[in-house]
Amino acid sequence: MSIVVLAGGLSHERDVSIRSGRRVSEALKDAGVDVIVRDVDSQLLREWAIEPPEVALPMLHGAAGEDGSLRDVLDALQVPFVGSTAAACRMAFDKPIAKAVVAAAGLHTPPAVALPHSSFRELGAEPVIAAVVARVQLPIIVKPSKGGSSLGVSVVREQRELATALVAAFAYGEVALIEHFVEGVEVAVSVIERAGEPLALPAVEIVPDGGVYNYTARYTAGTTEFFVPARLSETLTVAAAEAAVRAHQALGLRDLSRSDLIIDADGKVWFLEVNVAPGMTETSLFPQAVAAAGLDFGEVLGELVAAASSRTVIA
Amino acid sequence: MSQIVGSRLDPWVESYAARTASMTVSEIRSLFAVASRPEVVSLAGGMPYVSALPMDQMADTVSRLIRERGAVALQYGSGQGDPTLREQITEVMAEVGIHAHPDDIVVTAGSQMALDLMVRVFVDPGDVVLVEAPSYVGALGVFSAYQAEVVHVAMDEQGLNPAALDETIQSLRKQGKKIKLIYTIPSYHNPGGISQGPSRRQQVLEVATRNHILILEDDPYGLLGFDGEVPRAIRADDADNVVYLGSFSKTIASGLRVGWALAPHAIREKLVIAAEAAILCPSNYAQFTVSSYLATQPWREQIKVFRELYRERRDALLDSMKVLMPDGTTWTTPSGGFYSWLTLPEGIDSKAMLPRAVTALVAYVPGTGFYVNGEGRRAMRLSYCYPTPESIKEGVGRLAGVIRAELELLETFGPDAMPHTPMPTFGANTPAPDSL
Repeated sequence: MSIVVLAGGLSHERDVSIRSGRRVSEALKDAGVDVIVRDVDSQLLREWAIEPPEVALPMLHGAAGEDGSLRDVLDALQVPFVGSTAAACRMAFDKPIAKAVVAAAGLHTPPAVALPHSSFRELGAEPVIAAVVARVQLPIIVKPSKGGSSLGVSVVREQRELATALVAAFAYGEVALIEHFVEGVEVAVSVIERAGEPLALPAVEIVPDGGVYNYTARYTAGTTEFFVPARLSETLTVAAAEAAVRAHQALGLRDLSRSDLIIDADGKVWFLEVNVAPGMTETSLFPQAVAAAGLDFGEVLGELVAAASSRTVIA
Repeated sequence: MSQIVGSRLDPWVESYAARTASMTVSEIRSLFAVASRPEVVSLAGGMPYVSALPMDQMADTVSRLIRERGAVALQYGSGQGDPTLREQITEVMAEVGIHAHPDDIVVTAGSQMALDLMVRVFVDPGDVVLVEAPSYVGALGVFSAYQAEVVHVAMDEQGLNPAALDETIQSLRKQGKKIKLIYTIPSYHNPGGISQGPSRRQQVLEVATRNHILILEDDPYGLLGFDGEVPRAIRADDADNVVYLGSFSKTIASGLRVGWALAPHAIREKLVIAAEAAILCPSNYAQFTVSSYLATQPWREQIKVFRELYRERRDALLDSMKVLMPDGTTWTTPSGGFYSWLTLPEGIDSKAMLPRAVTALVAYVPGTGFYVNGEGRRAMRLSYCYPTPESIKEGVGRLAGVIRAELELLETFGPDAMPHTPMPTFGANTPAPDSL
């Protein structure tokens, strides 16, 4: 039996997932854990029927890996896994739902509207766009309501740009989140659970060369400058950490998460989104936060694997 | 607690050459990772269907080679390439009308390396290379790496347009530009899927020689025509003004990485020195494998097998597109090679549409990858060489659905809303090598 890192899959983020899986696997091996990396395909469950894994570690980004569906299957198979439950993933992966849940828990999240293509088709794009802009206010950021890595994301500064941004978002999903774009310091706060308690790791401040933390800026080493810990006052450092922990708890997340936040000029912390399977590539934020906390990446992952292994699986 | 202050996660970020500025990760390149999954019908990759090779015979060939000539096959060899293989290459080139001497051949690691050597030998930064519009993405990458200025020349239904070529040359010379090469794929063009007829080839040659510009003739598909006739290479009619690039990637096996350049004496001398500087020598093992195969196997018959196989797949593509594609979609009808060039209805951007296609489990190469100037947004290259005819039909059905969905977006938001992809940068917006 062994630990299986699940990476790859069929989502748009397959490439990132493969890189995350490889990095996680290497770190676990360095920490002395017996681990293999496995794609998710039609042979997987046949193999597991003969030799089930001790623990699965989903490193699948995007659909299936983060929307809860794969984790439901893992539960059905009684395979313990690292990370949040299927039910929690379903809430967290859907950005509009996650925003509503954390807002109810008292966090600030920018005003937003989530609409499918059909709303624009049936009601007419022009009046719907006008109504949305009046409600959300420029500048606006448009994203697919599900998905990560900034795929299909555009910043809109004039109303006439919104339709193009919507078309770009609809290339990646059926529903677009149209959110007010808050200017400020962009930080990511990772949370890990140790002895059952969520612990916020040092915030990572993100300063992309082009001003936008898009796919290229995320995964091309050298194109973004990171400050870890973020250059925040002590008060804001605590506020950002509290926001990430509160989002983790409000959404019922488990083991690990990464919240993306903006801190505006008035010092208000805005929750943007949360990741239940944060990127683990060479340029990703979670491993940087682990290092800044003075922890060993492989040992942290090993602890999460051990915690998962000890959990009772409810079929 | 340790601090990482202002890290860029790359200590060499200030040290890279300026020409690496475009070597970045991109969404498009990452999307092709999904295309490798079996659920996806990939009409993107230009991979030859090597499974059609007689594998038992290939195994015997390789086994015998190691047993009988292992000590030589696994050793360094000549920088110019194995003399026996060069002799055999003259027989292969005779099929396209070329009569050449083995001394004028330089064997390379695929014709891509021959292309690289030619650019290394001829092109200084800022020199102009003329290419077809569109042109082979792998060649554009080489030209870009050597900081050439690439200028596209219009094609028509017979390929490179000689009048446009002449006009472009005169215009560039008036601007004081130094034009070094005319790069062309006259037979079964990649990505255009069309061929220059005999008179068109003569016209192109006439323009080039009159202006004293060397033609770089890339001919990987010349023996893979579906109509029984093998197009006569441009080089067959001019040994002084044309450098011919040949390849065994499509006629034997792409994994062997054996290609060649046929060049006039003075150029050949420089190519050999450049090749030795780059890799010392091409692989003896790969060369001897090709040489043994040519000597012992009915290679001409095997090429016929490939032709029939690709013809069947070409037919599957064209027939299903005729039935399934929405109005306003057009495509070229290749008479050989691997590709058809599809043009989308007005207002649709193939690159912006690619994520939706990947979701629908079908892949293609967006047209922008075949231009250096941002053109090609409405176009895509469809490759029929690798998937089975049944898969091709399924893939065309999926693609047609994706185009229809895109047309609905166009109808909802209007033509001004449709994304216009930015200027492509090579390395960033081009697919991985197995998709070229």
